[in-house]
Amino acid sequence: MKNEFLYFALRNRKLRLGLSVVLFFLLLTFVGPLLTDYDPWGYIGAPAQPPSAEHWFGTTTFGQDVFSQFVHGLGPAFLVGALGGGLATLIGTAIGFVAGYRGGWIDEILNMLTNIVIVIPTFAVLLIIAAYLEVRSFFIEAVFIGCTAWPWTARAVRAQTLSLRAREFVDLARISGMRASKIVAFEVAPNMMSYLVMVFILQFGGAILNAATLDFIGLGPTTGISLGLMMNYAVLWGALQLGMWWWFVPPGLAIALIVGALYITNVGLDEVFNPKLREK
Amino acid sequence: MVELERVTKVYRVGTFGGRALKAVDEVSFEIADGEVVSLIGESGSGKTTIGRMILRLIPPTSGRILFSGMDISTLKGKALKDYYRSVQGVFQDPFSSYNPIFKADRVFRVVRQEFFPNVEEGEWGKRVEGALRAVGLAPGEVLGKYPHQLSGGQLQRLLIARALLLDIRFLVADEVISMLDASTRIDVLNLLAELKGERGLSILFITHDLALGHYLSDRAVILYRGCVVERGPIDRVFGKPYHPYTRMLLSSVPRLDRKWEEGKVGLKGQQAAPTKGCVYHARCPFPYESCKGERPHLVEVEPGHLVACHRIGETEVGKCRRQG
Repeated sequence: MKNEFLYFALRNRKLRLGLSVVLFFLLLTFVGPLLTDYDPWGYIGAPAQPPSAEHWFGTTTFGQDVFSQFVHGLGPAFLVGALGGGLATLIGTAIGFVAGYRGGWIDEILNMLTNIVIVIPTFAVLLIIAAYLEVRSFFIEAVFIGCTAWPWTARAVRAQTLSLRAREFVDLARISGMRASKIVAFEVAPNMMSYLVMVFILQFGGAILNAATLDFIGLGPTTGISLGLMMNYAVLWGALQLGMWWWFVPPGLAIALIVGALYITNVGLDEVFNPKLREK
Repeated sequence: MVELERVTKVYRVGTFGGRALKAVDEVSFEIADGEVVSLIGESGSGKTTIGRMILRLIPPTSGRILFSGMDISTLKGKALKDYYRSVQGVFQDPFSSYNPIFKADRVFRVVRQEFFPNVEEGEWGKRVEGALRAVGLAPGEVLGKYPHQLSGGQLQRLLIARALLLDIRFLVADEVISMLDASTRIDVLNLLAELKGERGLSILFITHDLALGHYLSDRAVILYRGCVVERGPIDRVFGKPYHPYTRMLLSSVPRLDRKWEEGKVGLKGQQAAPTKGCVYHARCPFPYESCKGERPHLVEVEPGHLVACHRIGETEVGKCRRQG
């Protein structure tokens, strides 16, 4: 069974392309800091220099090395993406499964909760949190993103669970004496596997984008560097007007590439998971 | 073996569940050991709902379903599992009965996991092959295939083989052949007949097709709008139907040797189910005034043959006994 998946996975071009881009950036996250001796915050060279052999991605208005900031900023992006996206996927699917499979008053209550979280103004809450927490870390940012991004996942998973539980193979599992949790885990969830992977991928990308947004408006972490903070500084110090493309293009392009590659990965995975989409 | 006592199922429909829909209305009948009972009715008559209640997939609103004298709604945990050891179902749509992303033989693995965790792999393989042969399938042809690579007839027989692994005593067969084509239909029907003969299996055969009901069954229960309108030995119900609905059903079976005759006892337009009176009176060709106000009880017109119709009291069988 697993070998079969592996066989189709290795032959799928979309999956290979998407995964290699993501893996490339993941690798850069770990290897990148070893390639540069510059401190991401250190004022180490002439200001506003375009890319050169000395400074691969050029320098900022303050003479900071952009490449060093870039490779150090990739880590937090992946961290917030995985943590925030993972948390949102986890909460969303759990609530969606329970609401969709159980139905009845449990469904009503969980639906109400979902709707409440949807209408809570995220930024207002963030302002309050920012006022209370003087030092904010990437971890807190990720948890916050995870706790606010799950409702649409919950809705979509609930809808899919509702439709799947009406299928006769669920009835068959029930008259096989399977427990509800087992049916959800082994009959309902595998049918949505590609969908759940897609949800995670979209939440992953969404969390990266969200984090970039928060960093950009100054509600992000108060310590460290991230791709979003880089863009924040770049725009703040007029990189766009001054034509310092090397300052804002790498972080922006990296975010776009990572999110895009994750999407292509998902399309490839869909073909791997669903035997009907295969050739034979 | 299985006994239904005034079983009723009410669904809440409409916005906020404001309206009630009686899918099954005080239905009582029983299925004896080794007996095949046909549950016949048009779509929306509640026949599938009855099957699902017997399989405990949905709870009845009121009434009791007894299996070997035990109320099945009280079963929990191990007792419920034991119930499923002897009572199983096969559903209408063979393609939807399989999880499309797994291989079809996974249904056997699930049975092993849930019911026979102690049986060894090799021994289990032999049992599966035995069950497959019993339903007329070659193990090599069906094992290791995905559902979409198998035909509807093969899938349906796999489900029957799955039930056989459990040593069942009672099978709910819900429209099992309505989605198969004519050539495989008779094979599956014969298979059910064989199981009845050899294993003494009791079967509730749910169908809308009178001919199929007749082929296999000992007794028939005719259902209309959730109510039993006629029930009894299959030969009596088919040979001398009393209820106008049964007659209509029988006259609407297409025949090869005759042109379709119109006008005898036809379909007179469907309406919402009446809350009182006979469920059939709106379509009945010979309604009485009393049919509108009072619901007829099942009356025994001959031994074991019961009919719910006001006309029975006054016409052909005047001396019948009243029941319930």
